[in-house]
Amino acid sequence: MAAALKQRTVERMSRAMTAPEARTKAAAKFIGRSLPRLEDRPLLTGRGRFAADIDFPRQLHMRIVRSQFAHGRLRAIDAGAALTRRGVHAVWTAADVADIPPIDFRLSRVAGLEPYRQRLFATDRVRYVGEPVAAVFAEDAYLAEDAAELVAVDIEELPAILGADAEPGEFEPGRLTEPAIVRKGYGDVDAAFASAEAVVVATLTIGRHSGVPLETRGAVARYDEERDVLELHGAAKVPHWNRDQIARMLGRDPKSVQLYEGHVGGGFGVRGELYPEDVLVCAAALRLRRPIKWIEDRREHLIAANHSRQQHHHVRAAVDGEGRILAIENEIFYDQGAYMRTHAATVPDLAAAMLPGPYRVPAYRASARIRLTNKTPCGTYRAPGRFESTFVRERLLDAIADRLNLDRVEVRRRNLIGAQEMPYARPLDTLGTEIVLDSGDYAGLLDKALAAVDWPRLREQLARRRAAGELVGAGLALFVEKSGLGPFDQVRIGVDGDGAVEVVSGSASVGQGMETAIAQICADTLGVDYRAIRVVHGQTERIEHGMGAFASRVTVMTGEATRVAASAVKAKALAAAAELLQAPVAVLDVVDGEVVRTDATAGPSIGLGAIAAALSRGGHEPGLAAEGWFRTNHMNYPYGAHIAVTRVDRDTGAVVVERYLVAYDIGRAVNPMLVEGQIVGGCAQGIGGALFEEFLYDERGEPLSVTFADYLMPTVREMPPVEVVISEDAPSPLNPLGLKGAGEGGANAVGAAIAAAIDEALGMPNAVTELPLTPRRLRRLLRRATAHDRPPR
Amino acid sequence: MSERREIKLTINGKAYAIAVEPRRTLVDAIREDCGQTGTHIGCEHGVCGACTVLVDGDPVRSCLMFAVQAHGKSIRTVEGLADGDALNPLQRAFMEHHGLQCGFCTAGFLMLITGVLEREPDISDEALVEVLSSNLCRCTGYRNIVKAACAAAAEWRRR
Repeated sequence: MAAALKQRTVERMSRAMTAPEARTKAAAKFIGRSLPRLEDRPLLTGRGRFAADIDFPRQLHMRIVRSQFAHGRLRAIDAGAALTRRGVHAVWTAADVADIPPIDFRLSRVAGLEPYRQRLFATDRVRYVGEPVAAVFAEDAYLAEDAAELVAVDIEELPAILGADAEPGEFEPGRLTEPAIVRKGYGDVDAAFASAEAVVVATLTIGRHSGVPLETRGAVARYDEERDVLELHGAAKVPHWNRDQIARMLGRDPKSVQLYEGHVGGGFGVRGELYPEDVLVCAAALRLRRPIKWIEDRREHLIAANHSRQQHHHVRAAVDGEGRILAIENEIFYDQGAYMRTHAATVPDLAAAMLPGPYRVPAYRASARIRLTNKTPCGTYRAPGRFESTFVRERLLDAIADRLNLDRVEVRRRNLIGAQEMPYARPLDTLGTEIVLDSGDYAGLLDKALAAVDWPRLREQLARRRAAGELVGAGLALFVEKSGLGPFDQVRIGVDGDGAVEVVSGSASVGQGMETAIAQICADTLGVDYRAIRVVHGQTERIEHGMGAFASRVTVMTGEATRVAASAVKAKALAAAAELLQAPVAVLDVVDGEVVRTDATAGPSIGLGAIAAALSRGGHEPGLAAEGWFRTNHMNYPYGAHIAVTRVDRDTGAVVVERYLVAYDIGRAVNPMLVEGQIVGGCAQGIGGALFEEFLYDERGEPLSVTFADYLMPTVREMPPVEVVISEDAPSPLNPLGLKGAGEGGANAVGAAIAAAIDEALGMPNAVTELPLTPRRLRRLLRRATAHDRPPR
Repeated sequence: MSERREIKLTINGKAYAIAVEPRRTLVDAIREDCGQTGTHIGCEHGVCGACTVLVDGDPVRSCLMFAVQAHGKSIRTVEGLADGDALNPLQRAFMEHHGLQCGFCTAGFLMLITGVLEREPDISDEALVEVLSSNLCRCTGYRNIVKAACAAAAEWRRR
């Protein structure tokens, strides 16, 4: 060892002597604590790097010319006037990119859907308002927008198909309105219905809404001649998959395409999927040999980025005399919009597969009919398929309670899968995995939720208020989420000569705080401070493989891969330190970045940086670094309960959510503050979908929700105080840390709980059958309620 | 329409002499012509408040103001809040209370709250929440933004 290293070792020795207790707090100094985020500083000081903040010299700006008709024959596009404008370099239409194939499916591919994929531009026909028909490339964003207005698009309007539940037919010559049906089920459903004591039926509708992040989409591409690399900046969510697709579509080797994720202003399922605009900037950067920048405006976002949710369900349940479910049968009409985008059948698949939720359902049959309409294409949005199916299932449970005159809580208790039945294999699959509910004490969590609000007392209070004339009520909904989708994650961790730790993952950040959570896991495993760790994500050139950030997978999959890699780095460090310190590995541990002896309160120590430097000097495998993989074939299943208290204004039909509780068991909370943040944020989006947000169209398919003045997202005024109970009763047996994902449970059951609360407020069981409950729909219900109250003549 | 006019904007105390078309929005001038990209564009029609800056002390939606209208005025943006590396109390409160997730709306909230507290240091928490309802956040559900704003207001009043 060099003299300087010895000197430092002695200094550390003395420090170790003054604080011997530091050596014993090894296990979990960081995991489980509400530590401040590593991400915050640049975002608080205006130094963030969002897509629009990225510029390259000589860049051109792209502006998309979009269809103004929901359905029509595209007869001609005249770009002559646009091309004469100063600063306009090119105008592209379908003919210019005819060689580029349509955008493929990322998940849930179903046979027969290929012809319904979207190409970069409409060719002979436009199929929704907002569909790209041309692109203008100009020196400046204002000029590009001016020129786009001069592109003359000749479209012969055709009748638009806007409903998803009519008889299946022709969407257009050669294409059907129903390209596929997703069928799932098990057990003898018909026998169950034949022997049922009662059959409960409901027809339920969920409106069209979406994630709508505050940052619109953006993409900046450039081609680097020197490296022969096409770069795409502004990447999000699934950079590696998008890299491979862009390479395939443009006929390039994947290594010659690199994606770079900067700050991402919200994901929610919508942002970061591969869209026509992403591929267009790449193709243009290659062909025009100029960097190309595209920043979406808000109107574009609301008509062109993925919508979600819109479904009709015809559901029925067979029950015995005690309210126990014997079978559920459900037919889903899923309004996909005009094309099948990257998610293919993901949303209807999840809706059908997750509908049984936390209950024993001995026989089950679901058919999800994917329907095309002349509207914006759909994809996933936070808790995709589950916001919808939880609404349907919990409405059904309330209807069973009403039919058999049972208490709403009691009917749920009778049907909940017991803790002793875990793991519970459900003969269904989704996202390519078999559904095995891995762990859970559903009844225990229900008890926690009821206790947290003092349910009996709450119901008494509300009954008194109703007796005094107020329209108030409470609603309860239970659900099972899913998280930690595999099949794998790769993480590489390196320590440099100064002791700085770098975690490189193929995961992505959409603002959820993954850098902090991953650093906390690395910190505890490796024995360093979480603030000393740099977490790299979303950079395809830094790591070969990456699955990205979706399906509440990052903390579970990237977290576990981080733990594996950090354990390997630690083992390497201890082996090297054993030689350097002349001590057996068994008595060494890493504490605060130092390898120390655990069998004495004092003794020599050596920092991880010094070990890394020593390893780099040769004689060993150079460097202090390791790679970790985590693989799984199964998702895991967090579960929760929502309780809503709502008040309805008799005159206006407005709903006030007075109080809201989310209880959620996620096995182990790495950072409870961040988990609560996810839950409350998800809850706000759920409240939006339950009460306010809706993409509406007129009878010609013209979108009516094209600004934030039409598409109403909750402000602070619409938000109730949200109480959160984070439960850790059921760690996942599928990963050593016991982790489950926390991203989607806040949104999952909001529609269901609010619907139940409004039923009670109105005194009309099963009244709410449609979301969102806008004042117009509420007033319709109120008129019905008044009609009920009126004495018969 | 495309004739440029020479204007002067003072942003966080620094003067910028720029030439802009009359139609150029203030937010585009701040971001593109003056390079201060901490101010974000969320909706371009004055609803979301992500682009809120202080113009002569007043919170303004910079997507709804033309740059030429701000000629000679003093503009403050999120870049001007911290003192070197030291976050100011409001920024610290946002960090401590987890008042941001993706951080895209954050600059707008910080400037809105700054403008309100400077004008009305004794504002009640209820009135402050009412003010916060003028901006949109899609990540946090607002609870922690309210906590951070109220904590910062309390500290503001103590000073």
